[in-house]
Amino acid sequence: MSSSDLIMYEEEFQRIDEELVSLKNSANASVVFLVDKNGQLIASVGDTQDVDTTSLASLTAGNIAATGGIAKLLGEEEFTILFHEGAKDNINISLIGSRIILAVVFDSRSSIGLVRLRVKKSTEKLAQIFDDISDKSDKDKAEGKLDDSPFNEISDDDIDSLFR
Amino acid sequence: MSFINYSSKEINCKIVYYGPGLCGKTANLQFIYKKTAPDKKGKLISLATETERTLFFDFLPLALGDIKGFKVRFHLYTVPGQVFYAASRKLILKGCDGIIFVADSQVERAEANIESLDDLAFNLEEHGFDLNTMPFTLQYNKRDLPNVVPSDEMDQMLNNRGVPWFDCVAVDGTGVFETLKDSARQVILELKKNY
Ligand SMILES: Nc1nc2c(ncn2[C@@H]2O[C@H](COP(=O)(O)OP(=O)(O)O)[C@@H](O)[C@H]2O)c(=O)[nH]1
Ligand SMILES: [Mg+2]
Repeated sequence: MSSSDLIMYEEEFQRIDEELVSLKNSANASVVFLVDKNGQLIASVGDTQDVDTTSLASLTAGNIAATGGIAKLLGEEEFTILFHEGAKDNINISLIGSRIILAVVFDSRSSIGLVRLRVKKSTEKLAQIFDDISDKSDKDKAEGKLDDSPFNEISDDDIDSLFR
Repeated sequence: MSFINYSSKEINCKIVYYGPGLCGKTANLQFIYKKTAPDKKGKLISLATETERTLFFDFLPLALGDIKGFKVRFHLYTVPGQVFYAASRKLILKGCDGIIFVADSQVERAEANIESLDDLAFNLEEHGFDLNTMPFTLQYNKRDLPNVVPSDEMDQMLNNRGVPWFDCVAVDGTGVFETLKDSARQVILELKKNY
């Protein structure tokens, strides 16, 4: 089970954040976010104050999972891009590698053509960062426990305290 | 799979409530939602049919507090129980860290419980998980009803592995947090083993 855990470090998190900001600006998007396929939000940039990003992340992953299921039934490996068009806002959802989802929310100040073009460029860079992350956590795992692991001295009391 | 973020100091875990249709999975989430302080919970999202049967999943994010400076978040999901939603059920198990199996204690649901548990083990295997080793908690729900199977018989039917189990009345909250807390404990201890 642990082999699929995702561990994010400061350095890579910064790189991801920078790439998302640059994508948001170059695509004229309002919000850009990354979600793990299991529904966990990894990072988001843009006008997110009024957006419930946690729910958005979970539903985006559910959406990808459902369309992935449809694809398999139809004999496709996966639908790599999803696009939903609204009266005001639109969302473009695509995959980075096999486990990360990239979503770009944009309105009439941008266009689907521009968004797709910019997404394509960013996808390569983001894929590289996630490769680096998994190399790094593989290495950490091979070397044993992480030094500053929050789990080192965890006790039943700590867990109890969450439910007080 | 859990997501540990050293940059934002967060640990995210996914717990899935599984069980036959109408056993009380959604009721568990509704009670947890009702009793959790606003600053510790997100929206309860239910993708349900018009008759309030779960169609795809319910989702409730909880941020209960900190452990060693890390914010611990639990994402709770339920699956749709009806037989014909098998495909959706399987999707939701992807990447889960812990399972809570909600059994319906009523005599006439005994078979449905066993079928659902078999279905769970099978679906987990498809994702490469093993129900015999992963964090797993049992809940015997609807103990308030008159026609229930005694708890020790429930245990004999469902609990080969001898995991912690809880008598529960999800609609009034009896046992709901006890069940969740046990699952959270198992999930965190599993993480501790690995990191
Ligand atoms: N008497 C009683 N009814 C319950 C209990 N838990 C759930 N129910 C009822 O059982 C029905 C199905 O519950 P629900 O949570 O939607 O089941 P789900 O299909 O597992 O999500 C609802 O009418 C609930 O009110 C319980 O502990 N006791
Ligand atoms: Mg339900």
